[in-house]
Amino acid sequence: MTDVRVAGVGLTRFGSHPERTGRDLFGEAALRAFEDADVDRADVEELNYGNFMGALAEHQGHQAPLMAEAAGVRCPATRYESACASAGVAVREAVRTVAAGDADVVLAGGMERMTNLPTDEVTEGLAIAADDLFEVRAGVTFPGAYALMANAYFDAYGGSREDLAHVAAKNHANAVPNEYAQYREEVSVEEAMDAPPVAEPLHLYDACPITDGASALVLVSEEYAADRDLDASVAVTGTGQGTDRMALGDREHLARTPAADDAADAAYADAGIEADAVDVAEVHDCFTIAEVLALESLGLFEPGEGISAAREGVTTAAGDLPVNLSGGLKAKGHPVGATGGSQIAELTRLLRGDHPNSEHVPDAEVGVAHNAGGTVASAVVHVLEVAE
Amino acid sequence: MSDNGAAADASPPTDREYAEWLDALAGGDGFALVCPDGHGSLPPRRVCPECGSAELSREPLREAGTVETYSVVHVPSPRFADDAPYATAVVDFGPTRLTGIVRDGDHGRDATPEVEIGDRVAVGVGERVTDGERLVVFRPVDGE
Ligand SMILES: [Zn+2]
Repeated sequence: MTDVRVAGVGLTRFGSHPERTGRDLFGEAALRAFEDADVDRADVEELNYGNFMGALAEHQGHQAPLMAEAAGVRCPATRYESACASAGVAVREAVRTVAAGDADVVLAGGMERMTNLPTDEVTEGLAIAADDLFEVRAGVTFPGAYALMANAYFDAYGGSREDLAHVAAKNHANAVPNEYAQYREEVSVEEAMDAPPVAEPLHLYDACPITDGASALVLVSEEYAADRDLDASVAVTGTGQGTDRMALGDREHLARTPAADDAADAAYADAGIEADAVDVAEVHDCFTIAEVLALESLGLFEPGEGISAAREGVTTAAGDLPVNLSGGLKAKGHPVGATGGSQIAELTRLLRGDHPNSEHVPDAEVGVAHNAGGTVASAVVHVLEVAE
Repeated sequence: MSDNGAAADASPPTDREYAEWLDALAGGDGFALVCPDGHGSLPPRRVCPECGSAELSREPLREAGTVETYSVVHVPSPRFADDAPYATAVVDFGPTRLTGIVRDGDHGRDATPEVEIGDRVAVGVGERVTDGERLVVFRPVDGE
């Protein structure tokens, strides 16, 4: 086993790019990642690429060879699909490949193109991440599923819409200085409370936007980095994945996410750390309630205590444990198949000290990224550490 | 996705066992598939999703279930365009939970009732307002 280093990260600006193809978006992210890494494209031994709904959005299946072309690499290329965790699983397999010594350089990331579709088709497209027979045909939408979890959470542990509005306000504030974020304006708790309902108790500002974008990471072995004297100070020290029953109604607990518990346990064990070592986190806040559930699955808060973390200032930029300093999916945006790679890119920048929000975590050494698919039937967790 | 263009969303792919399960539910004979350990699930199944047992028997659902969570959906998918707002709920029926829509009258948006966690409901089959497709419908049980 070898240590895995993040040699370079690349992102497109997240937002609305309806007239740009997916291949152009991923090509841009890959170009930035290679520039950041100072690694020769010819050294790339695999491409692991995440994408969820390209067949619907662009009538384009078999995207991996296309993205290898866009990135200018010629190597085994594979598309990974795990709904909103597509890039998370793609990165995880890249980490495992390098850690196992099967490759020294892997390009990993993802892309999603969504804004070229009408909103109702995006809603329908996202719904295919749920059980078609017993959820979608019964009226469950993507926001509706998280709304079911939010009401179950309120019933089990307490909490209110206002607690969730504090999560939205926090993440929008974090996105303001982030040059890659879709929404760079602050949203107040009052504005979030007054927004129209989507699926009660979730309103407009509880939901992430519809986003186009791409992410790319150049992951290398410690030996490769040392041989070439690369500036690759951040290591991926832990990876974990969990799976749960597909349909929310079949889960053991409607207000918890056991797949993420499993992913976190595995990632922490892989890294040899405990949850209390974590200094900064990027978590999958596709809806405000999802951030709460993530914090509890990551062991950063006890069940029932994550709901008040933003309101009490613990997870704000000035707090003891800043969460989603990138702006999160909520404000930075959620190009579904790119998100898992984007979280690791942002965490790498935060730990290296070159993120616009790095000033809030000057001494951070351990970061955790949490990426979820569907209503957390899939979850991927990665631990990143400053290695030198 | 099919080649039927706009009609594709309204014409989900055929699943015989799901259709038969809905037929049973509509006839008042709703069932779950239950393994010897008591894990309940819904068809089609060859093994219990919890323990892998292939010994699955059809067990009737309880007459009434308990609402475990719900949401009133205001922004629907295209298949439910004319149904919104509607109340979706996850209801415990003993060996399994079911997900469906809570309605008070025969059909239609005007009949969306007030729902609370803990409410007792019966289950049957109704039609989507949008396109007439069948779906799981819960109705409040009187005399709580
Ligand atoms: Zn069983």
